[in-house]
Amino acid sequence: MRRRDAAAALTLPVGKRDHIQGSTDAAVALVEYGDYECPHCGRAYPIIKAIQQRMGPRLRFVYRNFPLRESHPHAQHAAEAAEAAGAQGKFWEMHDRLFERQFALDGEYLIEYAGDVGLDVARFRKELSDGVYEPRVREDFRSGVTSGVNGTPTFFINGVRHDDSWDLDPLLAALEEAAVARR
Amino acid sequence: MADTNPFAAGPLPPGTPAPDFTLHNAPDRTVSLRDFRGQPVILAFYPADWSPVCGDQMSLYNEVLSEFEGYGAKLLGISVDGVWCHAAFAGDRKLRFPLLADFEPKGAVARRYGAYRDGDGFTERALYVIDGDGVIRWSYVSPIGVNPGADGILRALDAVAGERTSA
Repeated sequence: MRRRDAAAALTLPVGKRDHIQGSTDAAVALVEYGDYECPHCGRAYPIIKAIQQRMGPRLRFVYRNFPLRESHPHAQHAAEAAEAAGAQGKFWEMHDRLFERQFALDGEYLIEYAGDVGLDVARFRKELSDGVYEPRVREDFRSGVTSGVNGTPTFFINGVRHDDSWDLDPLLAALEEAAVARR
Repeated sequence: MADTNPFAAGPLPPGTPAPDFTLHNAPDRTVSLRDFRGQPVILAFYPADWSPVCGDQMSLYNEVLSEFEGYGAKLLGISVDGVWCHAAFAGDRKLRFPLLADFEPKGAVARRYGAYRDGDGFTERALYVIDGDGVIRWSYVSPIGVNPGADGILRALDAVAGERTSA
């Protein structure tokens, strides 16, 4: 059976468990499945910032973890570090730091970043070494697999996988189109 | 590259007995489809080794392998690349499943599965899930530029597994 038309869709709706930037009544939700060690995600990072700036309150942005552990040895740990920061209310600060410093994701650097963004470093260090957020990261990963994530980064716009380019102009155009369709 | 291939007949539909084949997975080793009777098999035809992206289709499946194995399924990647190319690619990406070389005669197995692109000389991104009795249960061709991900495979494996428990 051919199902070329079946667009992949999010199986786990955006909800309370997610890390979200932007208003709950925004017209468009953009979900990224990303990997802190993936160079393409690193390239997407400033593009998302620019898009958030341009769309303002009309956009909600959600980040979920999709660490490619076989290709990126630091990706899983970095994802857990962001979640550990999230537990202390500093997810986005750590998320930004990791993408800005994605060439330096060894354990000791993660500890340093925890201090930089103002975390309780002792708690952070313990939670990271205990793997407290490993299940949470796996849950993100599984939700990505069942939703049709096919590499990193993969974006979903209002729940539908965005298969076109995620360069600034085409991604912004797709988001604006989705915003109009929703109105 | 165009999204559609006017030359391909399309994938074999569910219910079709999967054509058996024997292909090299290493210079001195071959794999036959019939070796895996009794367990589900995922055939993943893909255009070429060395796609220049992170998490290309085969690397993604490598990450998801444990989910496939949870269904007792065996994953086989197939392209027209030769065994030495496959060996280098699999080593570089640390792939933990076999890549089969549909190399000589070129694309012969892909043709039997309706997955060869004549004009291009490589295969479609065609996916098959075959049950333990050797019957095709699900097939899908993704637009050539779109990595199909693993969601369709998992749904198909789920359906096959569900039937087995209810039977």
